[in-house]
Amino acid sequence: MAPIMQVVFDALSLGSLYALGALGIALIFGVMRLVNFAHGDVIAFCVFALLWPSVDAVAIIFAGNLPWFLLIPFTLAVGAGLSVLSEVVVFRRFRRANPATMMIASFALGFVIRYFLLMLFSSRPKSISLLPGLSQPVELLGARIPLLQLITILVTIAVLIGLTAFLRRTRFGLEMRAAAENFTMARMLGVRANRVIMGAFALSGALAAAIALILGSQTGTANIMMGASVMLMAFIATVIGGMGSLAGAVIAGFALGAIATVMQVILPPDARAFRDAFVYGAVILVLIFRPQGLLAARGTKERV
Amino acid sequence: MARPSMLRRTIATPLILSALLVAFALVAWLAGSRPFNQTVIDIFLQVIFVVGLYTFVGNSGVISFGHIAFACLGGYVAAWTTIKPMMKGVSMPGLPDWLMQLEIPFWAAAVAGGGFAAFWALVFGAVLMRLSGIAASIATFAMLAMVNSIYSNWTSVTAATSSVVGIPIVRTVWPYLIAAIIVVFIAWAFAISRYGLALRAARDEPTAAAASGVDIPRVRLIAFVISGAIMGAGGALYAHSIGLVTPDTFYLGLTFTTLSMLVVGGIGSLSGAVLGVLILSSLIQGLRWLEAGVQVGASTIALPGGVQEIALGAVMILILMFRPAGIMGNSELTGRIARTEKPGEPGEN
Repeated sequence: MAPIMQVVFDALSLGSLYALGALGIALIFGVMRLVNFAHGDVIAFCVFALLWPSVDAVAIIFAGNLPWFLLIPFTLAVGAGLSVLSEVVVFRRFRRANPATMMIASFALGFVIRYFLLMLFSSRPKSISLLPGLSQPVELLGARIPLLQLITILVTIAVLIGLTAFLRRTRFGLEMRAAAENFTMARMLGVRANRVIMGAFALSGALAAAIALILGSQTGTANIMMGASVMLMAFIATVIGGMGSLAGAVIAGFALGAIATVMQVILPPDARAFRDAFVYGAVILVLIFRPQGLLAARGTKERV
Repeated sequence: MARPSMLRRTIATPLILSALLVAFALVAWLAGSRPFNQTVIDIFLQVIFVVGLYTFVGNSGVISFGHIAFACLGGYVAAWTTIKPMMKGVSMPGLPDWLMQLEIPFWAAAVAGGGFAAFWALVFGAVLMRLSGIAASIATFAMLAMVNSIYSNWTSVTAATSSVVGIPIVRTVWPYLIAAIIVVFIAWAFAISRYGLALRAARDEPTAAAASGVDIPRVRLIAFVISGAIMGAGGALYAHSIGLVTPDTFYLGLTFTTLSMLVVGGIGSLSGAVLGVLILSSLIQGLRWLEAGVQVGASTIALPGGVQEIALGAVMILILMFRPAGIMGNSELTGRIARTEKPGEPGEN
């Protein structure tokens, strides 16, 4: 029984990361049809925001020394701030542009952020110890799992419940859902476009920061490329989930986490290095049968 | 093949672009300096990549982040087929016997690289081209990551992340020039062919094109395979220009440069693709020079590393903001003045 629970927890915690990432991407895609390739670099930026700029191999922890009740809000604020800043400086000018143009612009912005970090910190990975108390193992249902894994899962569930409540029960959430459904119509009915879009960016940035905290404490390293692999899986989750469908993105994120973990277990040791390649292959198989994704969002249907 | 009138009307474009490339090669030949020679070779390789990307992206309007994966496939074909059998045995012991014994000239490796990449473009494209535009773009990104992940881990055949050395180096500019010119002509011929026209109709008016009998996934797939082949051949030549390959040579960095050159020049224009390379390559060279350090009086002023990419990204964003169709827009160099096509933006879906 114990090994199976172990796999379940691994799958849930990996899936949580992917689901949080997919949610951050789907939120922005929903309101402005922007596929935000800079999302992964926002994640990396949030980790590096805790360090003092230096090109040495040993990280100089700066804001990372804050106690956790300050550290977490600080990181979330950095993520939200950077995300809103990218909206105000860059994406605001692309409101009328077609999605392909916006996508390339976000790709370029991601590169700018990544090389800005490279300039300050060099491309060498740095070891950091972030929230070290979380690596202690706990016993749960016969499985020994790191406390961090449990927290990751719980935080993700809390975020999902909170976000659902926010989108369904508050006026702002209602406006955001209306904007995702039909942006022009929502504006005509009095939804303030800038407010909704900035709200979406802030939420998405905060989600990126949450991923940054989890990844940073999990791996114990800071690397300018660290957001890339989560972001890629998150993208794939949004495609499988049906572009712009929040529920679809979350479900697909968890599904990807489960597939990746199961493959890690069942693949022969020689083939384990190719785990991600197998996951991408599985994704392509899914897309053969459902090219529109699992849950196609209503707003994304191509209109004639 | 296209109607003769179309051929006459558009033949000027590849001729002008070829002349431009020949002029570059002549300058390199006359200058005779080693580093400059290498720079011009890099420019020709980049022309091949950007024109290869244009063949798909420009005509279909679907952005692809994955084409550098085909360059990776081609680059490793060059490594598999041209390195001396003895050296292959050491670095890549897992190769099948017939491949281990094979040693072919570099141009044959380029053709083989193109063929190998085209095959995989057919396999991947058959799935990806069924997706709608944006989802297809993201899926091409996944394809790039997948190829990179396989080539970075398959130790016995690709030597994993360590460099595969011993690929015969070709140092003269002429083969690269000829390849770049051939590629420009292929891209032009495809654009005016029956499939190229159908594809651009599908890009601008998908519904009308589909109603007129254009099988959109099929024409997209044809373009994907042709551009994959070009990228593969380009990747093989790239391997021969530096003599080694690693999976990370053909990853996000090269994707970014290639895409930025296409965007700056103009996604929908073959002339834009070539001009984008020439303009941004000059910019990159200038910044590299500054990063290496410039002697000003007694002190050396050097820009910190990374400025080059930041500048490239900023140029790309600014171009997209103020001239989203790129420098050339949708028009081509035809030798005639002020006969631009109706401006339109590529890629609504």
